[in-house]
Amino acid sequence: MSEHLPILMVLVPLLSAPLVVFIKHRKASRVIATLACALSACAAWTLALQMSSAVSYPLGGWRPAIGIELRVDFAGAYVAAIVSTIATFAISLGTRGTREDVVGREMFFYAAFLMCVAGLMGMVVTGDAFNVFVFLEISSLSTYTLVAMGKERRALTAALNYLFLGTLGGTFVLIGIGLMYQMTGTLNAAAVSARIREVEHLRTTHVAFAFLAVGLGIKLAVFPLHQWLPGAYSQAPHAVSSFLAGTATKVMYFQLIRVVVSFFGVAYVFDTLHFGDFLLPLSLVAMFAGSLSAIFQPSLRRLLAYSSIGQVGYLTLALSLGTEAGLNAGLLHLGAHAVTKTALFLIAAAFIAQVGDDRLDRLSGLGKRYPLLSLGFVLGGLSLIGVPGTVGFVSKWALLEAVLAGGRPWLAFLILASSMLAVVYVFRVVEVLYFRAPLANAPPLARERADWGSWVPAGLLVLVSVGLGVWSELPSEYVATAAQSLFGGAR
Amino acid sequence: MSQSLGVGVALGLPVVGAALVALAGKRPNVREAVTGLTGLATFVAVAALYPAVVAGRLPELQLVEAMLPGVPLMFRVEPLGMLYALVAAGLWPVTSAYAAGYLREHHEQNQTRFFVCFALSIFAALGIAFAGNLATLFLFYEVLTLATFPLVTHHQTPEAQRAGRVYLGILMGTSVCFLLLAIAFTYYAAGTLDFVPGGILRGHVATSSLPLLLALFVYGCGKAALMPLHRWLPNAMVAPTPVSALLHAVAVVKAGVFAILKIVVYVFGLDLLRDTGASDWLMFMASVTILLASLIAFKQDNLKARLAYSTISQLAYIVLGAAMVTPDAILGGGLHIATHAVGKITLFFCAGAIIVTAHKTEVSQLDGLGKKMPITMAAFLIGSLSIIGLPPTGGSWSKWLLALGAAEQSPVLVGVLMLSSLLGIGYLLPIPLRAFFFDPPASPAREHGHGHGHDHDHGHAQDHEHGEAHPLMLVPLSLTAVGCLLLFFYSQHVVALLRPLVTP
Repeated sequence: MSEHLPILMVLVPLLSAPLVVFIKHRKASRVIATLACALSACAAWTLALQMSSAVSYPLGGWRPAIGIELRVDFAGAYVAAIVSTIATFAISLGTRGTREDVVGREMFFYAAFLMCVAGLMGMVVTGDAFNVFVFLEISSLSTYTLVAMGKERRALTAALNYLFLGTLGGTFVLIGIGLMYQMTGTLNAAAVSARIREVEHLRTTHVAFAFLAVGLGIKLAVFPLHQWLPGAYSQAPHAVSSFLAGTATKVMYFQLIRVVVSFFGVAYVFDTLHFGDFLLPLSLVAMFAGSLSAIFQPSLRRLLAYSSIGQVGYLTLALSLGTEAGLNAGLLHLGAHAVTKTALFLIAAAFIAQVGDDRLDRLSGLGKRYPLLSLGFVLGGLSLIGVPGTVGFVSKWALLEAVLAGGRPWLAFLILASSMLAVVYVFRVVEVLYFRAPLANAPPLARERADWGSWVPAGLLVLVSVGLGVWSELPSEYVATAAQSLFGGAR
Repeated sequence: MSQSLGVGVALGLPVVGAALVALAGKRPNVREAVTGLTGLATFVAVAALYPAVVAGRLPELQLVEAMLPGVPLMFRVEPLGMLYALVAAGLWPVTSAYAAGYLREHHEQNQTRFFVCFALSIFAALGIAFAGNLATLFLFYEVLTLATFPLVTHHQTPEAQRAGRVYLGILMGTSVCFLLLAIAFTYYAAGTLDFVPGGILRGHVATSSLPLLLALFVYGCGKAALMPLHRWLPNAMVAPTPVSALLHAVAVVKAGVFAILKIVVYVFGLDLLRDTGASDWLMFMASVTILLASLIAFKQDNLKARLAYSTISQLAYIVLGAAMVTPDAILGGGLHIATHAVGKITLFFCAGAIIVTAHKTEVSQLDGLGKKMPITMAAFLIGSLSIIGLPPTGGSWSKWLLALGAAEQSPVLVGVLMLSSLLGIGYLLPIPLRAFFFDPPASPAREHGHGHGHDHDHGHAQDHEHGEAHPLMLVPLSLTAVGCLLLFFYSQHVVALLRPLVTP
């Protein structure tokens, strides 16, 4: 049984999706979806915690390089565990208010959600380049559907926007994979990396990498390819935006790491192509521009979405260093930000379910009314800033040490200066929650109390993000192992 | 009781107190009794560590083995931290009593939140005091900023909101941008963040970058209010007076200068700074702050604002002591943490008592007040003498030690200290003098309606007949005034406690 774990965490959500549609029962579909995500998470966690080296799973018993190989290393297991766990939290989001966006379309919603989870999980575990594209398209197509299910009509524009850019990204990835196949004659990661040495001086190889990098860059929302993100995150149904915020860009980031490290090799990408010099300025601009835009957003979810663009900047900055320490910091920040941002989106969902819409000033004076939710937002926000005692600090510290080890103290200063912008946008929300008087002409709240289903998942994630900030040994050590095995002294 | 358990108890009591206060929120008497008792218990727990520290056995407590890779969350009570903890914990119960009287007389809102945040602030201050490495110190430094933020913005008015922005912006901004950078660089260079007698940086950092690193540390500790990063302190005076008294004269601002002293002694090491002259520029900046802040204090008519600028000036004394790195200067700086704390809290207590009892916030309104509030104004006189550094108060000894240290460095610094004392006489002593020797204004009823500062939102501010302040305020301010006098006679114990800092 346990040797099948890699395929199980993809298959369970993938097969549950048609099941949901066939059963056609509103309540049952939610239960099935939650169970499927939870099972997938169990599989991922079991694998992550028991593995002693990278796991290879020959699909259908075919030898790798002839058949398709699933390949899960420490980093992959870590990302898979995060994705499936966050899917479970997001889908179990329980208030009527947050589910009512999809009333009447539940089974399609849950089916699409499960497809999306299956696609993302598949991307993480596969060791085959073409499989990456297939799962990328599975997750993308289901994501467009999910975004379009948002309550407001603007969700359709957002979905269309995302569809255009996402398809562009997917196509670029496909072209990149095609060129790579042309040059190496294989799609298996291990085989590609073995053969790329012979062709790495050829221009086609450079172009293959460029297409892959730009294609994944679009899906990862690297500045300036981020235009789809704010709309998609702020218009999708709440469960979806919470899920996407924690996982979609993270999986793409992991994929970019794999393209750099596992397929093309660090030495080629950084020493021959100087990818770092290209990525670094973009990351810096993203850090500042994303956070700066977040400050001026009129709605809570758009604010969080722009903050994500800024946070992606930290991720790509860590990758652009091209060192093991940088990779370590990037993977840590991937997890830290996934937990934190999902928690914040879930809290935003709970607030919006209470007040009815998304505008920031509708939250005026809610700090007193919903003390726990507001406190959760403050704590999550502190983790976003990177205040010590939160998991965001642990990853920021790793990033600082990685940058300093690279001999660039000015970069460390820029990282810290940009996190001051996070202070501004987080405390902008805090001021609205605690300092403003409730709006005089506000329509009445949906309910007196937020029902427990809406804040328990968020509360748990907030506790995790604070707890891991103090007891950071577990994630730090695991990620250090992951980065080491991934990097393998490559440079 | 084992030593590490003692550290845990001292740190845990304020948290337990905060929880109990929150639970007792509906019943003010219970709540305030809980605060006061917790304060006393915390002080006892802190004081119980004193014998071990004096004997040179430093109590340790490790909570988490690796808060960051290779960096534990741990506490070690060394002499300087012991002193700061004693000051903060000792003045907390006194302030609790005072706050109970003040808040009720002043009809403040949200009193439960106030006491909860107050207890959490003390927790953070003790965490800073006992921190065994830079990461732990930084953690509690930020907790202190966040725990005091609701206290500064207590009134939730637009003015409080503005002050809150400045407060958070400067304190968090400097700590995140400068202090964290300095700590990360220290770890990168030295491979450790522990506080080690003699320092950890020697041989790891180029001599040319030492002044820059010191600057990052000093300005990273924005709570020390060294110019030009001092603006948050006058802004924070919008808070209720007990907050100004304990936090913005003792716990918060002393956290800043304490951190600087601790970093100078245990991270840089006195020898390293003396050999390289990396702290020379800091003497200049500290001197400038001492003099400029005193001059600005002259101009302030609002009593709390004048005290705030006086605090900025006095904090720079301690920074100056750290920058001079001579043994006497370090001892003087450490002693000044205690003497200035007791003196300035007395002055703020008096200022608050005047606001609540006489509804007066400006210095120019205080003529003749000494006849109505003789005890308050007498306490104010004693506190002023201690701040200026005149006998028979504790402040004279810390100034004396600082002057001895300055004499070793340069006569100019001695001049700065003397000039600043003169300025202190100029901006502090007129206040009790006006109160005792000037006649009260002829038609005080007209005072109503203008000149009332931000700390004052009463509608009934007629010059009513009032006597002394409420006993719950009067007793605490008398106690701290007596404390100023006692420190004159017993400061040798403080110096003996600190002596190990300068004798390796």
